[in-house]
Amino acid sequence: MKQIWDFHGGIHPKENKEQSNQDGISDAGIPPRLILPLQQHIGHRAEPVVSVGDKVLKGQLIAKAVGAISVAVHAPTSGSVTAIEDHPVPHASGMTDLCVLIETDGKDSWCERTPCEDYSTLSKDELLSRIRNAGIAGMGGAGFPTAIKLHPPRQDKVNTLILNGAECEPYITSDDRLMRERASEVILGLEIMAYILQPGECLIGVEDNKPEAIAALREAAKETQVEVVTIPTKYPSGGEKQLIKILTGSEVPHGRIPADIGVMCQNVATAAAVYRAIRFGEPLISRVTTMTGDCIANKGNQNVLIGTPIDWLLEQNGYLNQKGSRLVMGGPMMGFTLHDTKLPVVKTTNCLLAATNKELTPPQPAQACIRCGMCSEVCPAELLPQQLYWFAKGQEFEKAEHHNLFDCIECGACSYVCPSTIPLVQYYRYAKGEIKQIKADQEKSNQARERFEFRQERIEREKAEKEAKRKARAEAAAKAQAAKKEAAAAKGTAASSPTEGSTANDKAAAIQAALQRVEAKKQAQTAPEVTLESLQKKLLSAEDKLSKMENAWKDAVENNPERAEKLATAVESSKTNVAKLNAQISEMNKGTGQAGGSEPQAPVGPSIEELQKNVDKAKSKLQLMLDTLEDAKLNHPDRVEKLERAITKNHTRVSHAETALSEATNAKKTTESTESNG
Amino acid sequence: MGLMTITSPHAHGPRKTANLMRVVVIATLPGLFALTWFFGWGNLINVIWCSTVALLAESAILLIRKRPVSFYLGDYSALVTGVLLGLALPPLAPWWVSVVAVGFAIIVAKHLYGGMGYNPFNPAMVGFALVLISFPVAMTTSWAAPTHLLDNPMSFLDTLSTIFGFSTQSIDAFTMATPLDVYKHEISHSVAEDVVKNPVFGQFIAHGWEWVNIAFLAGGLFLMKKGVFTWHTPISMLFALALMSLIFGWDADQTTPPLLHLFAGATMLGAFFIATDPVTSAVSPQGKLIYGAGIGILTYVIRTYGSYPDAIAFSVLLMNFAAPLIDVYTQPRTYGYAKAKRGTKEAE
Ligand code: SF4
Ligand code: SF4
Repeated sequence: MKQIWDFHGGIHPKENKEQSNQDGISDAGIPPRLILPLQQHIGHRAEPVVSVGDKVLKGQLIAKAVGAISVAVHAPTSGSVTAIEDHPVPHASGMTDLCVLIETDGKDSWCERTPCEDYSTLSKDELLSRIRNAGIAGMGGAGFPTAIKLHPPRQDKVNTLILNGAECEPYITSDDRLMRERASEVILGLEIMAYILQPGECLIGVEDNKPEAIAALREAAKETQVEVVTIPTKYPSGGEKQLIKILTGSEVPHGRIPADIGVMCQNVATAAAVYRAIRFGEPLISRVTTMTGDCIANKGNQNVLIGTPIDWLLEQNGYLNQKGSRLVMGGPMMGFTLHDTKLPVVKTTNCLLAATNKELTPPQPAQACIRCGMCSEVCPAELLPQQLYWFAKGQEFEKAEHHNLFDCIECGACSYVCPSTIPLVQYYRYAKGEIKQIKADQEKSNQARERFEFRQERIEREKAEKEAKRKARAEAAAKAQAAKKEAAAAKGTAASSPTEGSTANDKAAAIQAALQRVEAKKQAQTAPEVTLESLQKKLLSAEDKLSKMENAWKDAVENNPERAEKLATAVESSKTNVAKLNAQISEMNKGTGQAGGSEPQAPVGPSIEELQKNVDKAKSKLQLMLDTLEDAKLNHPDRVEKLERAITKNHTRVSHAETALSEATNAKKTTESTESNG
Repeated sequence: MGLMTITSPHAHGPRKTANLMRVVVIATLPGLFALTWFFGWGNLINVIWCSTVALLAESAILLIRKRPVSFYLGDYSALVTGVLLGLALPPLAPWWVSVVAVGFAIIVAKHLYGGMGYNPFNPAMVGFALVLISFPVAMTTSWAAPTHLLDNPMSFLDTLSTIFGFSTQSIDAFTMATPLDVYKHEISHSVAEDVVKNPVFGQFIAHGWEWVNIAFLAGGLFLMKKGVFTWHTPISMLFALALMSLIFGWDADQTTPPLLHLFAGATMLGAFFIATDPVTSAVSPQGKLIYGAGIGILTYVIRTYGSYPDAIAFSVLLMNFAAPLIDVYTQPRTYGYAKAKRGTKEAE
């Protein structure tokens, strides 16, 4: 006997399996119309390869797998394509998705198939690609593409291959009947998977409430290495993580997949589908579905074509619609309710539970959580559901995450036992959704900020480069001019009469002196100018902050008196800050003024060159700001106003600089004309 | 079509909060019977009176808070508070003491903190502690003497009129200090052999009290078997109390002996009906062990070194205070994690 382990918690809900497991699997027949969603699996949606009007044969490919994680879709019977359009599909959210609609012709004629007598003649890759092209995705619930699962990343060695035949959900018996009636298909499918993975051991875990299935499997597995393990009936033993714990004693580490610990789980129905796909070349076009619940007259299991409309199926089986009844796809613990019956059966539809109000009582009003701890006693993930509930309810998502919210498998055991009938799982779904949303938003805003900072940096860099170039140019020009002037002066001295020479000399000397003065002044100013500029910058930002805070304060006074007080102090301190900066600046200005005044000669304004430079600088800055404004108008409407203010200021600055320049130019012209006149 | 859309799970187990509370009330009946048998009608009258006041106070405050009265009364939590106070208060406590205790428990300790499930402190014990501090005389002199020690025990009507203050007769003849109280005071100037000669100790441990405690123990075990609470809190509390009194109280000539600690006073009532109040206790099994042990240790310490003869109320309240902190440090290990996350910081 193989050793088995127990997992924490679990519950024993009423099984309700005898309603549907009495009779053998019957055939549901061919409905007049099939609706085939192109995404019945996790991953990329398959791409249609047929068009409206096409005749299709049974088993013919109608949509091919695209991308790494995807599986194909096939025509479940012969007929013609009537539409490829959005249609409601079975999903908890009640969404619509692209579907291929087929009108069946009742002939059920097969397309050509490629059977294979002996799978061991095929390579692993060939087997995997046949499984993928047969459209097989996990049939236990999630619908993960089987070929991908059979090809674990990083070539992790799978030591234990597990077939999940636990079927722990109440009401569902499709795997039970399948194991009883097609045990050899299950075992042979498992052998194909084992051939691909070469595991050390192959186990099938079946709950002890299915003795017939266990016997049938044991019989079929006689000559093989496969071990059929009986496990105690306890929900949710069929949860992948729980079954792994039961059969191997080890746990799948948080955030990892079973292959990381050398384990793989497959569903028994998937194994049977793999067998049929390889042996007979039959793609996945039908599945065993349990029809149960007191709203259905003929309860039992049927082999149903994928795409069969549920309303047709229910009608065939005597559906008695009652007021307030529930139609659940899947079991009562983890299944989801369908909004209407015009949806198709898909590859993961293991059960249709049409329950009366009496069977599944409508949710009772939730009472207060009395922290009785029954939920944590049954939680298979060993969480504290009551704490998670408090956190979710109080929107304390960080705490919820810290309490491992994301390890919740949504099995519903906690809600089931909660004496206060609190819909706990609903709270967890909500909290998970919120957290994911928050994270996505954060990611987005981070990216936006990075982009913005990057752009800002680029602009700064470009500005600095331009500035450097301009400086270099200006210096070169200044030098050239000085040289020219010197040359002219020298020429003048040489050529002119003594009188003229003296004037010329004087002038040359005056120019020289002026140049020197400018030079000196420049030097005198460089040091304070840096601080002055930075001070002015500081002042600007301080003023900005002050005005912002004042606004916030005004707002707070109206809406949030508590904050207003705090803000008032902050505004005060901001004001002081501004005043201090103002004082410093005027101090600085005085200092510079004095420095200028202490110069021996009456001030001769800055050279034209410099004025020109000022104008250029102001203009370029203005341009830059205009650019930024354009950008801001598009992307940061909140900044526009501020920028506009700054731009007006700059306009003034430019005009000032221009006036100064023209004055200087005029003055120079006058001097020059006097010169030439003289 | 009228299909309902409801999220999973669709099935629900048979458990209901109201049923749980009802079972708790039922499980107190053996204890109530024993109390009545040994100490007269006082507790029975108290239980009925306190329950009535509790339900009235609850209804009143639900009306004020604009909550559906019948829905919330239906959870039976107010009834449980009333019953527990009726059992815990001295049998002959005047009616107004009960009113103050119950009113404070329901209105302040429960509803001002947000109502059922939100109260950090056990309401019944808050009420009890309040009257114990406010009316020490009434709370220590109202303990009925065991009826078997009286020549002429009080009739039901006498008891009723005594509690409601219609009787002019002094109750001194019908009251007696509790065994815990007696032992604590006598042992300081006597030896165990002489102390236990006091009729209040009876034949076994403490006249009547041992049976009362056994009755509460039985009720508690019944609840445990029913799965109303797990064994962790009560067993840990009793174990800690026994251990403390074994270590520090082994000398019966100096301090109260272990058996008296376990089977006198409100020990079993406290262990199985008060400490197990889920709302105000720690959450995880490990947390419950710590929580229960804390109550046991504190009970011993306060009984021995404090000025009150019994200490369940204060111990429970003190541990209520600590429960959230215990929870932070006793988060269980989740499936797939090598270690449990403990404390408030991320530890992976
Ligand atoms: S089972 Fe319900 S009432 Fe009890 S602790 Fe959990 S959430 Fe609260
Ligand atoms: S639904 Fe989540 S929290 Fe509730 S029992 Fe299952 S795993 Fe635990």
